[in-house]
Amino acid sequence: MTNSTDVLNGTESPNSTVALNSVEIRGLSRAFDGHTVLHDLDLDIREGEFVALLGHSGCGKSTLLRILAGLDDEIGGEVTVPARRSAAFQSPRLLPWLKVWRNVVLGLPGRPDRALAEKALDEVGIAERATVWPKTLSGGQAQRVSLARALVREPELLLLDEPFGALDALTRGRVQQLVAELWQRHGCAILLVTHDVEEALLLADRVLVMDGGRIAHELTVDLPRPRDLTTPDFVTLRARLLDWLGVTRTLEGTPS
Amino acid sequence: MTTKSPATAVLPPQTAAPESPAPARVTLRGTVKTGRRLTVPRSVRRSAGPVGLVLLWFLTSATGVLPESVLASPVDVVKQAVELTENGELPGAIAASGRRAAIGFLIGASVALSLSLLAGLFRLGEDVIDSSMGMFRAIPWVGLIPLFIVWFGIEETPKIALVALGVTYPLYFNIYGGIRSTDAQLVEAARMMGLGRLGLIKYVILPSALPGALVGLRYALSTAWLALVFAEQINADAGLGYLMSNAQQYFRTDVIVLCLAVYALLGLACDFAVRILSRRLLTWRANFEGEV
Repeated sequence: MTNSTDVLNGTESPNSTVALNSVEIRGLSRAFDGHTVLHDLDLDIREGEFVALLGHSGCGKSTLLRILAGLDDEIGGEVTVPARRSAAFQSPRLLPWLKVWRNVVLGLPGRPDRALAEKALDEVGIAERATVWPKTLSGGQAQRVSLARALVREPELLLLDEPFGALDALTRGRVQQLVAELWQRHGCAILLVTHDVEEALLLADRVLVMDGGRIAHELTVDLPRPRDLTTPDFVTLRARLLDWLGVTRTLEGTPS
Repeated sequence: MTTKSPATAVLPPQTAAPESPAPARVTLRGTVKTGRRLTVPRSVRRSAGPVGLVLLWFLTSATGVLPESVLASPVDVVKQAVELTENGELPGAIAASGRRAAIGFLIGASVALSLSLLAGLFRLGEDVIDSSMGMFRAIPWVGLIPLFIVWFGIEETPKIALVALGVTYPLYFNIYGGIRSTDAQLVEAARMMGLGRLGLIKYVILPSALPGALVGLRYALSTAWLALVFAEQINADAGLGYLMSNAQQYFRTDVIVLCLAVYALLGLACDFAVRILSRRLLTWRANFEGEV
């Protein structure tokens, strides 16, 4: 277990709960040019737990995700994450000059493994697009490839940065469903950054609301899966989250 | 503008006389002819200009309006082409010039590639190389011919050096620019997927610099031929430039025009090759490809 865990900027965690927690964050802070974005933040994510991170733009949620991804190391405090982790972003970020299947296995050791790529693409439902250029994919298809690329690495922690944000409503629903299935099959921990309250409640075990660089609120979602966003329990939880986010519902329909 | 009422905007008061009110309806007449229309294919229209000019050239030469001492007639130029090809002078000259262009291009391209990689990939390289390249760029490279003769003599070396110099700048700036325009998000994603430094260069940075590099290659090849024309005017004993300066001494405008035409054809052939190469290498691009 010690080998599969990275400690970012700090000493080995003396904690005995390493085996239970996939992510441990202690006293994390991050400042950009003197402007503090993360304030002394503590957070644990258990193995296989699906955590959604909500918050207004600029609250620091994407910064936190980038730090967990290892893309930002100018931090204070200590972050312990699994060595095997991967990410999918709001834009699919596929390399346009590599065929779809080569994108999926990009960066894996050894020769590009076509069979492995096709298995991963099959899992996200677009095996037949393996040999095309990324430019020919629709937005939803490209996002599926991006998920396949993240999952083919068998991550213990999957970081999702608003992966459904740029999709149309119908496609978004289908890809959300796909993520729920993939999570149950792979059993990895997921941290999903989003600003969609319903998406967070549909998918996550636990919803965190960030404000001012801290975890301001925390909500454990006990609803049975698959979840129905019309049940009274769901509506109650949604109202509470919206209240925490400072959104008051003055209009019928989904608040922005 | 928007506050004006439509009536006053469209019609001045004097034409809006009560007996001739503005027509409320207009008839739009189509321009499509019902019968068969005489259409000239686009390729014919495009070639009409050059063909017409050559015809004009031929006619003025044949009638003596254009004296041979000014410009030889196209018939003489073709005759010279056949004659010089048969006695081996023209192929020999093309081979000598082509060799200079090729060696100069290879040297210039290697220098440009190494410098642009150093400047593009490392910040230290950028600080040291890019400002110097900007400074050297300001020197007109044709003006270096006298200095090159002092340094390298009058043999092959100054000619090759001039071609190499002319090739270096367009390639350097385009490859460097291409490397620096790499999408930082792609670099981040690729790093996240476990690519190391070499992998990043191979799979992300160089492919994204490729379109720029190919543009640079087109510039570089045309510059190579241009540099050759300048370089071969000085003390050449073989090559197209030698053929030209020889012809100049005997007022042989037919040979001069022939050599110019050969230069142009070689340049066009290189350009065509790069365009084919671009089409093959950049099939992944989703850019605007021009309307049909």
